Amino acid sequence: MAECHPVGFQWVMEAKERGAKVFHVDPRFTRTSAVADEHLGIRVGTDIVFLGALINHVLQNGLEFREYVENYTNAATLVREDFVDADDLGGVFSGWDPESGTYDQQSWGYDGMDVRAPAGSPFKKDAVDDPQEGDDAQTSSGEQSHGAHGADVGDPDELKTDPTLQHPRCVFQVLKRHFARYTPDMVERVCGIGPDQFARIADAITENSGREKTTCFIYSVGWTHHTTGTQYIRAASILQLLLGNMGRPGGGIMALRGHASIQGSTDIPTLYNLLPGYLPMPSAAPPGEDDLAAYIESNEPEGGFWGNARDYTVSLMKAWWGEHATAANDYGFGYLPRITGDHSIYPTIMGMHEGEVEGFFVMGENPTVGSANSKLHRMGMANLKWLVVRDLQMIESATFWKDGPEIETGELRTEEIGTEVFFLPAATHAEKSGTFTNTHRLLQWRHQAVEPPDDCRSELHFTYHLGKRIREKLAASTDERDRPLLELTWDYPTHGPTEDPSGEAVLKEISGYTVADGKAVGGYRELKDDGTTASGCWIYSGSYADEVNQTARRTPNTTGDIASPAPEWGWAWPLNRRVLYNRASADPAGKPWSERKKLIWWDEEQERWTGLDIPDFAGDMRPDYVPEKGAKAEWALRGDDPFVMQADGKGWLYAPSGLLDGPMPNHYEPHESTAQNLVHPGVQASPTRQIEEREDNRSNPEPTEDGHAVYPFQVMTFRIAEHHTAGGMSRFLPHMAELAPDPYAEVSPELAELRGLQHGEWATLVSARTAIEARVMVTDRIRPHVIGGRQVHTIGLPYHWGPNGLAVGDSANDLLPIVMDRNTHISEFKASTCDIVPGRRPRGADLEPFVQAYRDRAGSPGRPITPVEPGRTPEHHGADQRPIPPEELDRPLAGTDPHGPPKDYGTTEHPPLGRGREPDWTPPEESA
Amino acid sequence: MGKTRRRRLPPLLRQLTDDPTGRGVAAQSGRSAAIRPRNAKDTADKVVDSVCPYCAVGCGQKLYVKDEKVVHVEGDPDSPVSRGRLCPRGSSTPSLINSPTRVTTVRYRPPNATEWQDLDLDTAVDMIADRVIDTRRRTWQDRRHSDNAMLRRTLGFAHLGGATLDNEENYLLKKLFSAAGAVAIENQARI
Repeated sequence: MAECHPVGFQWVMEAKERGAKVFHVDPRFTRTSAVADEHLGIRVGTDIVFLGALINHVLQNGLEFREYVENYTNAATLVREDFVDADDLGGVFSGWDPESGTYDQQSWGYDGMDVRAPAGSPFKKDAVDDPQEGDDAQTSSGEQSHGAHGADVGDPDELKTDPTLQHPRCVFQVLKRHFARYTPDMVERVCGIGPDQFARIADAITENSGREKTTCFIYSVGWTHHTTGTQYIRAASILQLLLGNMGRPGGGIMALRGHASIQGSTDIPTLYNLLPGYLPMPSAAPPGEDDLAAYIESNEPEGGFWGNARDYTVSLMKAWWGEHATAANDYGFGYLPRITGDHSIYPTIMGMHEGEVEGFFVMGENPTVGSANSKLHRMGMANLKWLVVRDLQMIESATFWKDGPEIETGELRTEEIGTEVFFLPAATHAEKSGTFTNTHRLLQWRHQAVEPPDDCRSELHFTYHLGKRIREKLAASTDERDRPLLELTWDYPTHGPTEDPSGEAVLKEISGYTVADGKAVGGYRELKDDGTTASGCWIYSGSYADEVNQTARRTPNTTGDIASPAPEWGWAWPLNRRVLYNRASADPAGKPWSERKKLIWWDEEQERWTGLDIPDFAGDMRPDYVPEKGAKAEWALRGDDPFVMQADGKGWLYAPSGLLDGPMPNHYEPHESTAQNLVHPGVQASPTRQIEEREDNRSNPEPTEDGHAVYPFQVMTFRIAEHHTAGGMSRFLPHMAELAPDPYAEVSPELAELRGLQHGEWATLVSARTAIEARVMVTDRIRPHVIGGRQVHTIGLPYHWGPNGLAVGDSANDLLPIVMDRNTHISEFKASTCDIVPGRRPRGADLEPFVQAYRDRAGSPGRPITPVEPGRTPEHHGADQRPIPPEELDRPLAGTDPHGPPKDYGTTEHPPLGRGREPDWTPPEESA
Repeated sequence: MGKTRRRRLPPLLRQLTDDPTGRGVAAQSGRSAAIRPRNAKDTADKVVDSVCPYCAVGCGQKLYVKDEKVVHVEGDPDSPVSRGRLCPRGSSTPSLINSPTRVTTVRYRPPNATEWQDLDLDTAVDMIADRVIDTRRRTWQDRRHSDNAMLRRTLGFAHLGGATLDNEENYLLKKLFSAAGAVAIENQARI
């Protein structure tokens, strides 16, 4: 966090100043570890074991926040009799179908739960039989099936519960049995974290939770970039719910996101499976089952705020199709395109290879550097008919046809690439006005400072004028297919000589208005399902309340208390609420759990909720409110149900539906790992992981396979403070380039000795995909682990570089396979395997034979295996002998790291960090 | 030294009379009295409230504009998010905006060409509109054969990017491309 979100990290340091203990769990020792109380050097890809052991510690020792768990979670609900845990089935849950590689999730449900299948849900294989599509409904993501709200759990009265939490089939007991095998001993064996260190963090977390205190978890792509990424987050959610740390000040699980508005681009999704505000994109369904009523039936549970899904959907249709969206035509619901499976970026790239996708817009993203197995992206894009790239600089995604790595190797020839490329220069954030949504859901308006130069335009300008042009060209069309375009509301006021559209007008449409008079609505509670209101994104509704751009407010915090949320600075969705599920900050009777941790509470005299935040439910709902039969949406939940987006209002310790890989987290090793799965020896990696099996996306062998020794080391990608993601906004800037000029690989002194790597010199990293080169950084910041009696090594590899710009070098992502968490279609960037050898990689046409030689050694069945002997450079590495220009040899790394002699790592227990401990190395940032 | 000597009172007396903390005029030399902070408002034509374009923390920025050019950036001390701070990336904002390598005109590469060409912006937008219409027509899918399910879409063109864009921009992109029938609309959220 100190590295990638340095300014946000000041609040962690502020908390530390006030007595908070900071633990940093990371395979690498970073700038965060340097100032944390303790660094836990976990082995890559084992966080579920670590978090599972914390959950087990809480459950075995009765350390849960009992009253919170009993009242606010689904701990008491009984699970179906036919559910069988992975422990009893050798590593997979009940419902596993080895043929299809997917789960039938029925047995995971609650006892008595109506298993009505939502449209496009995994229950219903709606596309498998179709040779035209070939898509499998099991590729549907969780959000796709259920929005963000999980499945309808049916009538709560039908569900069986045991409030004493003793019934062997109640969630609490199921959980207790499931996590029993996650012991401190397992943590030591799998994660490489010793029992003393584990005890210290377990005690710190449990002692710092309860009525008086809360504990917070912060994570980033280190958790999501795994084939089990969703279950990492689930594991943290379970722990935080058990400890009563959700919906309370200082609690929660905080996602740190990497781009200025990546939260916003999820809320108003440029994502295939979502409509604005986490409404699911409709899935294809047979005639009669694909109208608005069927969509609402599938996605509008009785209880919770999703119970108003029809209001949000109809208002969205009204915002898009205005007067053409009427009750008679289902408000234009039929105008929306239908999805039939996974249309995320990776299958789309495959579609380019196959010629199915022929046109591609790339705006402010650099996939030929930033995506896993980026070579596959370049090869796909070379097969397009047309490509539009909008960016500030001439990024790699715009020039692959001219100077990409495959031009160098001869795999592509410029003259043979038929892709027509348009590079349109974009405006910077200072040259346009609009909102970013930051990582804590805060919308902040930026005012335009200067005009964009020459042809530079905002994406608002481009999209508006492209749409206008397309509509003009189609104006005379009577084709039914063009109606959604021609009937679209597309009249935004413009200003200036370039006819720049008004961002404020767009924001107002997003926030919503009443159709009759065009007046801004105050928030989503005012949205209707009868076509009288319009709102482009219901969760953003209210951001333009009172005809005021609420996101442009800049009233600083003047309370003197730095913890004050400054409610008039920007606008947080929903309804400027700062802590979600804040009903949980008070006890069931509506009183704060403690004076110290008060946030909102029930005022009996005024008969209203009051306090420091805006309640995320009706302000006059009594704490003892019990819904009557037939009550709807938020009024179908009880007055003490805090989790208002869930159909049952409860925090889910166990997910009876909504996930494709299990109702509870279970440890599997990464797809490519250096160790065998010690938790479930029969199942090495996540059985549901989504693999793109292709010749050009080959996997390295598993640890049980002979060829594994050919790629013996774990490699994890990471980011540094001096660069930004795929480098388009940093590698082209002189002083950023100077701070971190070259790609580098962090290796331990032990690995350096094993492979003969010299600090500051070049090394080549090889996988079954390709080989790349990077400078060697020998450092204690990365340490080997002893797993299963073997020393296993990890290499840290920042990924920001590419061939263009001022700071140039090979792209780390070229090394990685595309293999995904099936819930999210996020690839496993954080764990793959490779070999590392000294020297530069082969150039030009010599590269592919070098990589192929490795593949040959790794073997297909029946081929001889010739593993690399420790300390020896493979003889294939002839390219080492090539002359290297002297100016490149003399170029120092960004900072140097004078390490001492290799140390004895007989134990995996890392010495605790404290004030007394002097580091034995100089951090590069200080010597640079 | 000479300038200092011209002051009426020596530093200690200045402190006793005007500057009890000793951090103001008492510590000032003639030279330091003449130094202006480079972010002084009077050196810029205007100071504009903005937000950092790099990561998602959302630090407040004050952009200093002179002669229609961003000349300087400071962290916004009023921001409850960042309290005036910026990291190396955020501090590099002026060089991002004024980068000499920034491409500010349209570049066009016809199929199989070896070099870029110039192209008028309006022509480029027009050509792109034609390609969208053409691809959409040729790759349109009305219904799925097996169950006659309505698809009403094209997989023929795709979009990638959005996490660096404004909410308003993403909104128009999703709205336009969905109306055109495109479903493969994606951004950085999966990387």
